[in-house]
Amino acid sequence: MEALFQLGLFIILLTAGFFFGSSREKKHYKSILERQKKYAVIATRSEKIRDFSPYSDAMLVTGSVVIASDYFKNFVASIKNLFGGRLNGFESLMDRGRRESILRMKENASRWGADEILEVRLESSALDAIGIEVFAYGTAVKKRKSSDASA
Amino acid sequence: MILTTIEAVPEKKIISHFGIVTGSTVRSKHFGRDLFAGLKNIIGGELKGYTELMEETRDEATERMVAQAVKLGANAIVGIRYATSDVAPGAAEVFAYGTAVKVE
Repeated sequence: MEALFQLGLFIILLTAGFFFGSSREKKHYKSILERQKKYAVIATRSEKIRDFSPYSDAMLVTGSVVIASDYFKNFVASIKNLFGGRLNGFESLMDRGRRESILRMKENASRWGADEILEVRLESSALDAIGIEVFAYGTAVKKRKSSDASA
Repeated sequence: MILTTIEAVPEKKIISHFGIVTGSTVRSKHFGRDLFAGLKNIIGGELKGYTELMEETRDEATERMVAQAVKLGANAIVGIRYATSDVAPGAAEVFAYGTAVKVE
């Protein structure tokens, strides 16, 4: 009887994880795409910058997110773990985390009035049994007005 | 205090270098921060309580780094980097470092 109850609970969790998890992921991707369009004007660059003459003000900007996978994906991943190979459920989780943290950094930068974000760095860490954390940071800069440059 | 991840401060000349300044904090990762953490592990999604916790931790590490720079007489830190490492099971260290400088 108890085994039956546990099996029932497991199936409920699995179904809930599958349906809620995938609909929430879809919703998240939709919002990511919308905001990516909105903040596309702020260029983010990751390379080393040597010429600072086009820029004026600078400020450190950050963005971070802690995000968890759903029960269904965790279960599928634990099964796949036995055989090895790609865990695409976790790939999309990392992808969502990275894009979300970059967007939050851009939101903070745009509130300040930034034109570009230079030397962006990304970092991620696992919070065990909770989820993953992704952290994005960089230097928000304002571009000098062309009249300043000619003067 | 001006903070940047680039190696200079735009429009300002660096007058003197004070060397590396650091700041770190170690926080427990098992912290009942999000009452819905259990639920989120079923349906997936963001754990806002933990996002805030990590932000606070980073701010604290940054503040400690800034405090060190102020003590040296610096007014900017350039080339800032962050690192996270696992100290012990359930404990995470957030570490911030950069070069303290004085600009015009």
